[in-house]
Amino acid sequence: MFSRTMTALAVLSLLGSISLAHAADKPTDPQIAHIAYTAGIIDIEAAKQAIAKSKNKDVVAFARDMMRDHEAVNTQALALVKKLKVTPEDNDTSRSLVKAATAERAKQDKFDGTAFDKAYVTNEVTYHKQVNGALETLLIPSAKNAELKSLLETGLKIFQGHEQHAEHVAAGLK
Amino acid sequence: MASQLKAWISIVLILGMGSIPARAETIRVTIEKMVFTPAVITAKVGDRIEWINKDIVDHTTTVKGGWDVVISSGKAATLQLEQAGPVDFYCRFHPNMKGRVTVTR
Ligand SMILES: [Cu+2]
Repeated sequence: MFSRTMTALAVLSLLGSISLAHAADKPTDPQIAHIAYTAGIIDIEAAKQAIAKSKNKDVVAFARDMMRDHEAVNTQALALVKKLKVTPEDNDTSRSLVKAATAERAKQDKFDGTAFDKAYVTNEVTYHKQVNGALETLLIPSAKNAELKSLLETGLKIFQGHEQHAEHVAAGLK
Repeated sequence: MASQLKAWISIVLILGMGSIPARAETIRVTIEKMVFTPAVITAKVGDRIEWINKDIVDHTTTVKGGWDVVISSGKAATLQLEQAGPVDFYCRFHPNMKGRVTVTR
């Protein structure tokens, strides 16, 4: 119960920092494309680490699902930016996502066995909540191009599925 | 056409189904933008459901303690209903995708 409250608080603070960073200036389409693509890469990197480290078949299967889906979405995103002749533009939100993810991976790398599995899956729940919150409140409302907005909306539904999937895997680890 | 035929044959092989009743119908369920359409189905034992995945990601149709079939992105899969009763199905990869089929004799 206590840890659940702490997780919820952590999510709220992460969401807060993302929204705050752009309270004044909404991200542009090239920035949104960069943020969405970066968010996918981060989850792929986390999945690769889990596949290498975990011995739990449900955790490894979940990580493979994450890799496959995020690669599919990012392939679609790359095809779209190419078609729209948009060059994804690095920005503070992308940089802070990468920084936080690098620290998280280093933290998880110190764990092994069940401790690693729990750390990875718990963070997958938190991370998808964070990304979904950013998509809903900031990225989708800010997107100008209709095709980009549509891809983000589909992405949101896919990642909401991942969030629930991660919750199921987490429940199975108890 | 060839790929559809191939998908159909592979599912028949996977399920190793027995005799197919003469009046069996095929119900088509399309998956698009993370939604099963229609999501609520009624069918008879022996009917088949053809699942068509129009999304960019793979999905499954899964029943707890029952069937579990992967429907790859851009592909179709068919399964035959073998038992009467209501069953809730969902996607194992994205559990926010749900539906229900009521199977009668
Ligand atoms: Cu799915």
